[in-house]
Amino acid sequence: MIDFIAAKYNYLICVCLMMIGFYAVIAKQNLMKKIIGLSIFQTSVFLFYISMAKVTDGTAPIVWEGAVRYDNPLPHVLILTAIVVSVSTTAVAIALMINIYKAYGTIEDSKIREIEAGESGGSVSR
Amino acid sequence: MEIIYSAAPLYAVLVSLVAIIPIYLSRSNPNLRESWTILAAVAKFFIVLSMVPTVLGGKEIYFKLATAYPGIDIAFKVDSLGLFFALTASFLWILTSFYSIGYVRALKEHAQTRYFICFAGSLSVTMGAAFSANLFTMYIFYEALTLFTYPLIAHEENEEAFRGARIYLIYLLGTSIAFLLPAILFTYFTAGTMDFRLGGIFGDTGGIHSLFFAVIFAFYIAGIAKAGIMPFHSWLPNAMVAPTPVSSLLHAVAVVKMGVFVVLRVILYVFGVDLLKEIGAGAFLAAFACVTIVVSSLIAMRQDNIKARLAYSTISQLSYIVVGAALLSPSGIKASIMHITIHAFSKISLFFWAGAVYVALHKKYISQISGIAKKMPVSMAVFTIGALSLIGIPPLSGFISKYYFVTGAVEAGMLPVAVVFAVSSFLNALYFLPIIYTAYMKPLDAGMDDKVTEAPLAMLIPMCVTAGVAVLLFFFPQVLTNFTDIIVAGLFAE
Amino acid sequence: MNLAVNFPALLVTVPLIFVPVIPLLGLINRKICWYAAVLAITASFAMIMTILAKVSTEGPISYHLGNWAPPIGIEYRIDMLNAFVLAVISFISLVSLLFGKELVEKEVPEYKHPAFYSVFILFVVGMTGMTVTGDLFNVYVFLEITSLSGYALIATSKKRYAPMASFNYLVIGTLAATFIVLGIGYLYMVTGTLNMADLAERIKPLNGSSVVLTAYALILMGILIKMAVFPLHLWLPDAYTYSPSAVSAAMAATSTKVGAYVLIRLMFSVFDIEYHVGSVPITGIIIFFASLSIVMGSVIAIAQTNIKKMLAYSSVGQIGYILLAAAMVNAEALTGGVMHIFSHALMKGGLFFVVGLIVYNIGSERISDFAGIGRRMPFTAAAFTIFSLSIIGIPLTVGFVSKWYLVLGAISSGHWYAIGVILLSSLLTAIYFGKVIFVMYFKGGHDDHGHAPAAKLSEPMGMVIPMAFVAFLCIYFGIFATFPVELAAKAAEAVLGGVTWK
Repeated sequence: MIDFIAAKYNYLICVCLMMIGFYAVIAKQNLMKKIIGLSIFQTSVFLFYISMAKVTDGTAPIVWEGAVRYDNPLPHVLILTAIVVSVSTTAVAIALMINIYKAYGTIEDSKIREIEAGESGGSVSR
Repeated sequence: MEIIYSAAPLYAVLVSLVAIIPIYLSRSNPNLRESWTILAAVAKFFIVLSMVPTVLGGKEIYFKLATAYPGIDIAFKVDSLGLFFALTASFLWILTSFYSIGYVRALKEHAQTRYFICFAGSLSVTMGAAFSANLFTMYIFYEALTLFTYPLIAHEENEEAFRGARIYLIYLLGTSIAFLLPAILFTYFTAGTMDFRLGGIFGDTGGIHSLFFAVIFAFYIAGIAKAGIMPFHSWLPNAMVAPTPVSSLLHAVAVVKMGVFVVLRVILYVFGVDLLKEIGAGAFLAAFACVTIVVSSLIAMRQDNIKARLAYSTISQLSYIVVGAALLSPSGIKASIMHITIHAFSKISLFFWAGAVYVALHKKYISQISGIAKKMPVSMAVFTIGALSLIGIPPLSGFISKYYFVTGAVEAGMLPVAVVFAVSSFLNALYFLPIIYTAYMKPLDAGMDDKVTEAPLAMLIPMCVTAGVAVLLFFFPQVLTNFTDIIVAGLFAE
Repeated sequence: MNLAVNFPALLVTVPLIFVPVIPLLGLINRKICWYAAVLAITASFAMIMTILAKVSTEGPISYHLGNWAPPIGIEYRIDMLNAFVLAVISFISLVSLLFGKELVEKEVPEYKHPAFYSVFILFVVGMTGMTVTGDLFNVYVFLEITSLSGYALIATSKKRYAPMASFNYLVIGTLAATFIVLGIGYLYMVTGTLNMADLAERIKPLNGSSVVLTAYALILMGILIKMAVFPLHLWLPDAYTYSPSAVSAAMAATSTKVGAYVLIRLMFSVFDIEYHVGSVPITGIIIFFASLSIVMGSVIAIAQTNIKKMLAYSSVGQIGYILLAAAMVNAEALTGGVMHIFSHALMKGGLFFVVGLIVYNIGSERISDFAGIGRRMPFTAAAFTIFSLSIIGIPLTVGFVSKWYLVLGAISSGHWYAIGVILLSSLLTAIYFGKVIFVMYFKGGHDDHGHAPAAKLSEPMGMVIPMAFVAFLCIYFGIFATFPVELAAKAAEAVLGGVTWK
C-alpha cells in the first residue's frame, strides 16, 4: 500500500486536487468560487500531464553535454496550449460573471435563482 | 405478365394535385373554382378509364417516378386490383364533387376553398395508393391521406370537430407509425424487396419461424387502422363530425377503402395465400373481423345519430371485405374485391341521403325524421335502395357480393363464418329497416309541413346515379368480375 | 504549388484570419462585418465542397501540417465521414448567417455586431477544426475554441438571464473538456502518440488494459456532456432558450453534431470496435443512455410551454438517435445516424429560425401566444409545419429518411427495443409539434367565417427566401434522398470498414 502511494504519489495528488476543484464547482454558491474551483480542476490535469512527462534520471529537454536521458517535452508543449485555453476560459467566465453582477447585483447562484423565480412566477426550470 | 411503361398512372395522380393551384387561384370566384374541381374529376376518371383495356388485356402498366433511397423506388404499377379501386374512387369523386357543391352552397359553409383543395388532394393520394408498385410508395400515400383529410374533418372548427379530428389523427398516425412502418421495414429486411407480387414476396421461407410472419402480419393488420377492424375502429365514429360529403369521402371513396385495399394488397401481394395458409393467420384474422362485424352491427342498432349508425355499419361492412380476403379461397377473395365497389356505391347513397336530410331539415337524429318520405321521396328512395343493397336483398348489387362471401366461406370450409354472414345480414336489416319505417310510416312532425323540401338538384342527381349503379351492378356483375377474375386466376393458377 | 492541395489547412485558417479582421472592419463600418463573415464562411464552404468531391472519388486525404510526417507532426485527415460532417457544418453555418442577418440585428445590440460575427466565425472554425483534424489533442483545442466562442455567443443576447445560462454552460462545458483532456492524457501515457491513426494501431495490443478503459470512459463522459445526452443535458435548454435565435439555430444544428462525430470517430477508428462490443458492454451502455435520451427528451418537451425550451428538449431527444445509431454498430444504422446529422441540422436549424422570427414579431415565447400565426405569418407557419413533419418523420421528408435507416439498422442488428424507442419517440414528437401546429392554425386569429381580422405580421424577404430554401431541401432530400444517403452510406462504410482510415 505504502509502496503504491510512494510510487504513484504524483497521480494521487492530481486526483486530490481535481476533487477539490470539482467540489468547489458543485458546492459553492458564489460564482467567483466556482471559477476558482474550475481553475483548480483544470490545473490538476496539467500537473498530471507534466508529471507523466518525467523520465527517471531525465533532464530538461535541452541538448547539453553529459545528458543521458531527456524528459518527454511533448506533454509540456501540450500543456502550454492547455494553459492558454484555461486562461481564456477563466477570462470568459469572469467576464460573464461581471455581466451577471451588472444584471442582478449579486454573484450568489441561489440569490439569482430567487430573483428569476420571483419574476417568472417560479417557472425557471433547473 | 407483359409490362407496359407509361406515365398514365402518374397523370392520374397528378391531375387533381395540379388542380389545387387553379382552385386556389380562383378562390374568389366559386363558380370558376368548382368548374376546376369538376374538370379535374372528369379528367382523372378518363385517365383511369383509359388504362382499363390494357389491364383487362392481361398487361400491367409500370412507371418509375424516382429512386428515393438506393434500391428503393417511388414507382407506380397499374394492375387489376389497383385499377379496380381507382376506377371506383375516381368515378365517385365526380359524383361527390357535384354533391359537395350543392351541399356547401346550400349550407353556406365557410372555408370552401380549403375544403375543395383538401378534397382534391385526398383523391390524388388515393390514386397514388391504388397505383403504388411497392410498400414504400403505398406507405407514403397512406400517411399523406391522413394528413390531407385532417383539415376536412376539423372543418367545423369547433371543439367537437377538433376533438374528432384529433382522435382521427392520433389513431391513424399512431397505428401507422407504431405498427405499419415496422411491419414494412421487417418485410423489406426479410424479403429484400418491397415490390408487390401476386402470391407473395417472401419467396423461400425456409428457416424462418412461422411465428415471425404471424407477428408481422398482425403488425400489418393493426397498422392499417383505416380498415377499421376492432379494436382500432373508434376513430371512424368520431370522424363523423365532418361535413357529410366528407363522410362519404371517408366511408365510400377514399379513407376506409384505402384501408381495406391495403389489407388486400398485404394479404394477396405481400404474404400471398399460400404463406398465410401455412401460418394459419387467415383464420385468425377472419375471427377478429367476424367479431367486428357482429359487435359493430349491435352497436349500430343503438345509435340514434344517423351518421353514427352509418359509421358503425361501415365498420361492419369493412370487415366483410377483410373476412372475404382472410378466407383465402377464390370466391372469398372475389367477393371481397367486389364488395369494395358495391359497398362504396351503396354506402355513399346512404351518406348522400344523410346530407340531403341535413340540408333540408338540419336534423341529425333518426328520431327526428318521422314521415319525411312524403316530402323527400327521391332521397328516401335512394336510401331504401342503398340500405336494401347492404342488407343483401336481390335484385340489388349487395346480394352478389354476399352470395360470393358465403360461397367463399363454404369453399374454405369455415362454416361458422358463413353463419356470421347470415346473422349479420339479419342485424343489418334490424338497424336499417327502422329508419325506413320511421321515414315512411310515421307521421310528419308537427310544424315541419312547409319547411321540408327536397334537396337541391346538384345533390339529387349524384344520389340517383349512385343508387342506380347499386342496382345496375346486380344485372351487370361482369363489370366487376372482369377484374376479379384476373386476380383470382393469377392467384390460383396452379 | 497547387493551392487545392492545401485546402484541408486553408478551410480552417482562412476563416480564422477573418476573426481578428472583422472587428477591425467594424471600426470602419459595422455593416461590412456581416459581408466579411459571409465571405469567410463561403470560402470555407467552397473548399469543403471541393474536398468532398475529391474524397468521394479518390478516397481519403491526408494532409501534413508544415510537412511534418504524421506520428510526429499534426495530421489533418479527411475521409467520407468528416467530409460529410464538414459539409453539413459549413452549409448550415452559411445558411444561418444568411438567414440570421435580420434576427441578429433585432436580437443583438448593435455595438456588439462586429464582435458577434467575429466570434461566430471562430465558433465555426472551431467546429471545422475539430472535424478535420486527425490529432487527438487538436480535437481538444478546437473543442475549447468552439465552446469558448459558444459561451460568448450565448451571452450576446439582450435577455437578462443570458450570461447566467452561458456561465452554467461554461462550467459544465469546461468540466467536460477537462475530462476529455484527462482521457487523452491517459491514452498518451500508454501509447505515446496523439495521432488517431497511429493510436488505433498501438491500442490494439493493449486490449483489456484498464488504463485504456479509463481513458475511454473519461472521453466518453466528456463527449456525452457536450452532446447533451439525457442525464447530462442540463446546460442545453437554458443555453438554447436564452441565446439569440440565430445562435440557437447554429448551435442546435451543428455543435452537438460535431460531438457526435468525434464520438463516432473514436468508437470506430481509434478504439477497436471488437473491444467495446466484446469485453465491456460499452455499446450496450450507450444504447441505454441514447434510448433514455430519446424518450425523456421527447417526454419533457411535451410538458414545455416555452417554444424554445421545447425545441431544446427535442434536440436532446434527437441527438439520442445519432448516438443510438453509432452504438448499434452496423452499416444501415450508421448510415441512418450520419444521415440524421444532416437531416436534423436542416430541420432543427430551420425550426429555430422560424421560431426566432415568430418570437420577434409577437414578442413572446409562449406556445399559447402563437394562436393565429397560421394566418398572420403564412410562409413562416408553413415552413414550421414542414420542419415539424420532417422531425416527426413523415414520409417524403428528410427526417423520415434517417429514421428509415435507423430502424432498418436496428432490425439487422437485432436491437428490438431500439425499434420501439424510435417509433415511440416519433409519436411523442408528433404530440408536441402537433400541439404547436394546432395552435398556430386553428386557434384564434379569425372569427367564425374564416376572415382574418388580425393584421399580417412582417415576414422580411431576406428571411423568407432562406427559410423556403431550407424547407425545400427538407422535402427535396426526402424524395430524392439517393444523393445524401449514398454519401452517408460511404461515410458509414469508411468508418466501419476501417480500411480506408488506417
